[in-house]
Amino acid sequence: MTDTRTTAPLPYSAHGPLARVLAVLATPGGAVLLLAIALLVATIAANPNFGDPGVLIRFLGRTAPIAIVALGQYYVIVSGEFDLSMGAVIAAQVVIAGNFIGEDESRILPGLVLMLLLGAGIGVVNGLVTTLLQVPSFITTLAMMLALGGLVDYLSGGAATGNPPDKFREIGRGAIEDVPVVDVIPYQLIILAVLCVAAAWLMRRSFGRTLVAVGDNPDAAGVSGARVWWVKTQAFVLSSLASTVAGILLVGYAGVHPSVGQGYEFMAITAVVLGGVVLGGGRGWVLSAVAGAFALELLFTLLTALEIESTWRDSVQGLIIIAALAVSARAWTLGRGRRTSPPTRTTPQPTAPTPGTNTGDN
Amino acid sequence: MSALADRFSRLTSTGLVLAVLVLAIVLGAILTATEGRNFFSVGNVSAILVATSVLGFVAIGQTLVILTGSIDLSVSYVVSLTTVLAASTMDGDPGNVVPAVLLALGVAAAIGFVNGAVVSFLHVHGFIATLGMGLIISGYLAVNYAGPTGDAPRSFAVVGATRIGPVPLPALIMLACALAMILMLRRTRVGHHVYAVGGNPQVARLSGVRTSVPVITAHVLCSMLTALAGLLLVARTQVGNPTAGAQGQYDLMSIAAVVLGGTLLAGGKGNITGTLAGVAIFAVMDNVMAALQTDPFLRDTIRGAVIVAAVAVYARREIDRRPARFERPGVLDAALQEAK
Repeated sequence: MTDTRTTAPLPYSAHGPLARVLAVLATPGGAVLLLAIALLVATIAANPNFGDPGVLIRFLGRTAPIAIVALGQYYVIVSGEFDLSMGAVIAAQVVIAGNFIGEDESRILPGLVLMLLLGAGIGVVNGLVTTLLQVPSFITTLAMMLALGGLVDYLSGGAATGNPPDKFREIGRGAIEDVPVVDVIPYQLIILAVLCVAAAWLMRRSFGRTLVAVGDNPDAAGVSGARVWWVKTQAFVLSSLASTVAGILLVGYAGVHPSVGQGYEFMAITAVVLGGVVLGGGRGWVLSAVAGAFALELLFTLLTALEIESTWRDSVQGLIIIAALAVSARAWTLGRGRRTSPPTRTTPQPTAPTPGTNTGDN
Repeated sequence: MSALADRFSRLTSTGLVLAVLVLAIVLGAILTATEGRNFFSVGNVSAILVATSVLGFVAIGQTLVILTGSIDLSVSYVVSLTTVLAASTMDGDPGNVVPAVLLALGVAAAIGFVNGAVVSFLHVHGFIATLGMGLIISGYLAVNYAGPTGDAPRSFAVVGATRIGPVPLPALIMLACALAMILMLRRTRVGHHVYAVGGNPQVARLSGVRTSVPVITAHVLCSMLTALAGLLLVARTQVGNPTAGAQGQYDLMSIAAVVLGGTLLAGGKGNITGTLAGVAIFAVMDNVMAALQTDPFLRDTIRGAVIVAAVAVYARREIDRRPARFERPGVLDAALQEAK
């Protein structure tokens, strides 16, 4: 990459930092940050206790598993696929933790290695079946969910088994104690922060760029020399590994039961989509997916704080997801509209990059 | 050998699905025979047909929705909702059967309309729109119904139990609905538009198709067919169960059946005959596994493996056989480049 620019700089970079920040916040991926902040303020208003740094950081720690799962799901969705097997992978890992590690502290490390290897293996299978056998990923991962779920229930008898040693569960529920201001820093939050940094770094590497290109237009990416099948397979591996990490964390405070992780795949997809990542691939930022997960959890907390009957929570969640997506769908459309507006406008508005899979504006 | 390969490559995907179904039936008959039971006994055949009909209703509707390029994840909650609505409205009184059926169908149609409107007017992806709708309904169910409610009168339960020869009445109704939907897709304007919009919404719109009409129609029909599945469950169990849909996993299983039937998940390609064959493959599989007394937990594992294997067989061919879209730049492309 040589940096010899022969064309005029894009209007996107011709503006000051403030204009750029505003432009970012106007896209769905940025707006989710505003949504999360608004939900946070509303929750604190409804329940002042929640504003306490100690409470807040514990909440952030509690949200870590779902945020990590959303991170993993992001890679798959941005490459244009789905991963419905996440919940089943979490359940499988949790049951393995219960059965293989058992009460034996010396097996923690081999156990962790085994779980990560198994997670990677599941991702490879998902990826290869989707890319080489060309089975739609929705079906591949649905079948993986059925197959893995059935196996887990078969092996565990459908009931809670085993109780890993406290040292292992400490990963999911331990914390650095006696920290000033925030009181504790949960290990979960540290793991999440490390993974977020790694994910953001990965998306700026050639792998990340290729992944987005593959999600936007696999044919074009393939013609440009990307190994589409390998990039997508890697995305599936990352997703399964994320489920594995989430499973390890969940053992800490949810215990060992084959129903742990149920519904996480849809939660993750919802969080990712709430973060402005477009289903079908090629658009969206990785950290927005994490912000989407926090927004979703904040929504649950707000509903609890408002003392809404827990049975209504599903309905409110459904309504808000649809509303948020409807608004963000309009935001993408508006961005596109501005780009095609006649060039009489003297100050071109900076728009977010809206790579068009659509051809409607030709 | 090459003649065989040639014939294989000319086989349409529906033909292939039917071939898989025949294979499943033959294998099933052999496996059932090893247990000393007759696969083709009247009781067994009608059991399979009954098992086909509930998922069949849902899968026919799901086919329509998937053909338009959308997807419906709310079906299992619609099943639950219609069972409790119908059963609690009937409440044991034969006079209430007609209002209950109409109410169930009406509510389902309204749900389908909202789904379709959100997808086509608010441009929310069908996956999220119907996932959200499913959550909304599940919240409503959780608030209002704690457990099985209502009571279907005998006159309604008879629908689920009647058989004409070996063919149960529900299966006949399901087949009649399938026929109606096939005719709709093949003979009516909206049916053709379903394929057009599913293939490429932009092109369809530029060709003068009002894209919202087929999308909304498909969603409404899907929800109404799903309501029929719910009503059938009421007829068979005589109660409304707020978890009936979740237990049946109708959302994911119907999508799996549709894809197993050779319909493209992206929309625009596929048909209902294939879907019916897909549903029948599931029913045969379940029946055989029940006959072999397979561990219930392992059944899901086997189902998953069969789904992937079956879809893998023809998914590859289907995509390879699509003609290249940009073979050489046409006059129009050159003109467009010029205009830019």
